[in-house]
Amino acid sequence: MNISFNLNGTATDLEVAPGETLLQALRAAKVFSPKLGCETGDCGSCTVLLDGQPVNSCMVVAARADGHRVTTMEGLLGDDLMVRLQTELVEHGAVQCGYCIPGLLISLYALMKQGLPAGEDIDEKTIRHALTGNLCRCTGYVKPVEAARAVAAAMEVPK
Amino acid sequence: MKVVGRNVTKIDAFKLARGEPVFTDDFHREGMLYAKVLRSPHPHAKILNVNASAALELDGVVDVIWHRDVKAIPHTRAGQSHPEPSPYDTLVLPPKARFIGDRVAVVVAESAAQATAALARLEVEYEELPALTDMDEALAETEVLIHEEPDPRGISEAGATNVAARIDKQVGDVDAALKDCDLVVTRTYYLPRVQASHIEPHVSIAWIDEDDRLIVRTSTQVPFHLRRMLARILEIPEARIRVIKPRVGGGFGDKQELVIEDLVSVLALRTGRPVRLEFTREEELTAARYRHPQRITMTTGVMNDGTIVANRMHVLADTGAYGSHALTVQGNTGQKVLPMYPAANIHFQVDCVYTNNPISGAFRGYGAPQGCFALESHIDEVALELGMDRLELRKKNHIKLGDTDPLSAKLGEGKEGLVRVVNSTGLDKAIELGCEAIGWGKKSEPSAPHLKRGLGMALAMQGSGIAGVDWGGATVKLNDDGSVNLSVGATDIGQGSDTVLAQMCAEELGIPYDKVIILSSDTDLTPFDVGAYASSTTYVSGGAVVKAAAEVRGQLAGVLGAHWECGPEEIVFSDGRVTGPREQSMTMGDVALFALYEAKIQPMATASHMSDDSPPPFAAQFAEVEVDTETGQVHLRRFVSAVDCGTPIHPRLAEGQIEGAVAQGLGYALFEEVLLDRTGRVLNPNFLDYKIASSLDVPDMVTILVSTDEPTGPYGAKAAGEVPIDGPAPAIVNAIRDAVGVRMYRIPATSERVWRGLKEETR
Repeated sequence: MNISFNLNGTATDLEVAPGETLLQALRAAKVFSPKLGCETGDCGSCTVLLDGQPVNSCMVVAARADGHRVTTMEGLLGDDLMVRLQTELVEHGAVQCGYCIPGLLISLYALMKQGLPAGEDIDEKTIRHALTGNLCRCTGYVKPVEAARAVAAAMEVPK
Repeated sequence: MKVVGRNVTKIDAFKLARGEPVFTDDFHREGMLYAKVLRSPHPHAKILNVNASAALELDGVVDVIWHRDVKAIPHTRAGQSHPEPSPYDTLVLPPKARFIGDRVAVVVAESAAQATAALARLEVEYEELPALTDMDEALAETEVLIHEEPDPRGISEAGATNVAARIDKQVGDVDAALKDCDLVVTRTYYLPRVQASHIEPHVSIAWIDEDDRLIVRTSTQVPFHLRRMLARILEIPEARIRVIKPRVGGGFGDKQELVIEDLVSVLALRTGRPVRLEFTREEELTAARYRHPQRITMTTGVMNDGTIVANRMHVLADTGAYGSHALTVQGNTGQKVLPMYPAANIHFQVDCVYTNNPISGAFRGYGAPQGCFALESHIDEVALELGMDRLELRKKNHIKLGDTDPLSAKLGEGKEGLVRVVNSTGLDKAIELGCEAIGWGKKSEPSAPHLKRGLGMALAMQGSGIAGVDWGGATVKLNDDGSVNLSVGATDIGQGSDTVLAQMCAEELGIPYDKVIILSSDTDLTPFDVGAYASSTTYVSGGAVVKAAAEVRGQLAGVLGAHWECGPEEIVFSDGRVTGPREQSMTMGDVALFALYEAKIQPMATASHMSDDSPPPFAAQFAEVEVDTETGQVHLRRFVSAVDCGTPIHPRLAEGQIEGAVAQGLGYALFEEVLLDRTGRVLNPNFLDYKIASSLDVPDMVTILVSTDEPTGPYGAKAAGEVPIDGPAPAIVNAIRDAVGVRMYRIPATSERVWRGLKEETR
């Protein structure tokens, strides 16, 4: 079957099999930043934005993307917020093997993009909750959380 | 130091953060086929026949292989130096399945979905055999043998018992010494089966190139060992094989092993087409490798003043169906652990048995986390019985500067070892700083009466490479602009070795770090290295980089000395410039142009480095827990690690090693366990049921680097990667004991186990 969707800002048509997951379809289309880690929705390495919301692309049937907007790391490379997040993660030493990092960055991006209700800021607890779906076996989350706090601290908090 | 000791930007971090296609599977070759493995549903069964005709009728299915199709060449899949100290007990495809999940057949098809569909259509005839899944039964059994093959190289008691490896080493005379001790304490500790759970699964792609060579692109820690092992298994010369290691998404020992590369290679050779095989997470948790489950009995004799006179450790270990790393992991359980308290009498015994359980192997720490759990839990027990402070007991007995590791000469890599003397130690400082950071002796108050708080500690030591065995090579080549190509066999698997080695190269040549272009681990293009294991890379491979860079510097000094009419020793390399004694000064770029176009030489050197020493890094680790006495739930509030890894080359990366190890270690302590039923079937082969630490499970972590100057290490460095995974489990369990008086002899200390312990306490 054929699906038409907006992939990283570009109208895209893909031939997909029934039951094929969005992760499989993206990687078959050589969009390699979403990584396969478990295919059961537990590790978060395949996190992408579906209409701006973070989803495990291994848990989304590709057909579900038809008519929708899918954003992967490839589509955010020029985005100011994403570049800030990437830079802080790199400079804090939060990137070890890096396999989980694109997915983890997408989760942080979604958190910071949507912001919080007025008067609340993005503290450590908020960041840790946003990352519960992104397993990292290398860092113990210490430096990724520090990096995210550095980005959050520099953001303007809605009053 | 201009570069070493600085937190430079990790050399591959930006491309990884940008999600660039740098991993094994971020790659596609035209005509690529997909392989899937049919796995045994029986723990022990002869594979009499595989009927593939129904599978081959399916669209897209290209080939099916089973044991009849592959020559039986016994080998080990353990990625170790030749000759491997692991038994040659494995075939590519076995005629007998030895665990639920063993390889039976492999399907290769145009798509992964087609290959998966074909698995269901294979008809296999099995002859079931009695299975052994209990360590004690396997040890006692002499009729049912898991390995009875005719060519049993390296199997300890092949054909007679199920023992894969035994060790019995003694210093002094423990039995005699125990008779004269004021107190003897014996306890038994139980260690679970846990899995490395790197987020990138095992994945390999193999193809035949235009020169009829086999190219294997794979996620591995041991590219050079792999090439040698593949040559043997496939009966083709190493010259026809190239192993390429791209970025690796974590290994932790589980990729110090030939887990799938033989299958893609066999299939690429058979079909002439590129073949890809990637494990599912279920396969990772059932058919990759585990940390060996063990039962450890400790017997310790002490005098009333706290002097430890005698220590005995007996280990019963389950290697599962095959003996990868069976001897050496278990050897490490004592070798890396018992020297912490170098008593005059030490006895270390191992029985490592085959069972029909899934396979154990290498996992960060390599036996030491098991031994450290037993020893450091036991030290607390001894202190309690003795009525002595547990910190004082440790301080009185732990190994000190200038001490000889009493086991080192008796136990090496599966053979006698080399004498190890402690030439650098920050352990006393680590204990002091760690105690200060955790607030040792000052228990904080919980918020409710049913919550109890406690503190625990553990000491740990490891090695830096395998003395007299591990070695690596490095090549440094100067380019026109003063940049250098550094090629190393050392294997970056995410720990950051490319960065650390580039730092050392830059420091030695006096050039900026960003002038180093590193290439690692391609068997056609880089020198040899044993690979990323045994905490060897910074210490061993780093030694090769320093030597090669120094040699290039010497070549340049020679050329410039002749030009400037001065001695080569008068020439200084610093800040990207080379200066002579009479105010001569050139940029490294100009020096390169001079060398290449005037002197007409290629400044370039290859060096090798091996160490007869394996200096121990040390750790003192501390936990604060809060135990809910109503539910048994343990909340890890704080964790402090003070680690002496010599002089850290890149402090932030060293901290990252420690923090990651703590997260893995606390999982070992509190929730990680691969559960098997009585037939050896894994009950929890996914990340929902086999839980690893998430962002909410890790406590407030304090990481302290206690810098020492190791005289045998490059820039004073020792290893950092493994030692911090040893202490978390005993420190946490000792804290639970401190909080509620319950000793957890068995980990993980789940809520249920702690709750049961509390019920027994109050009975």
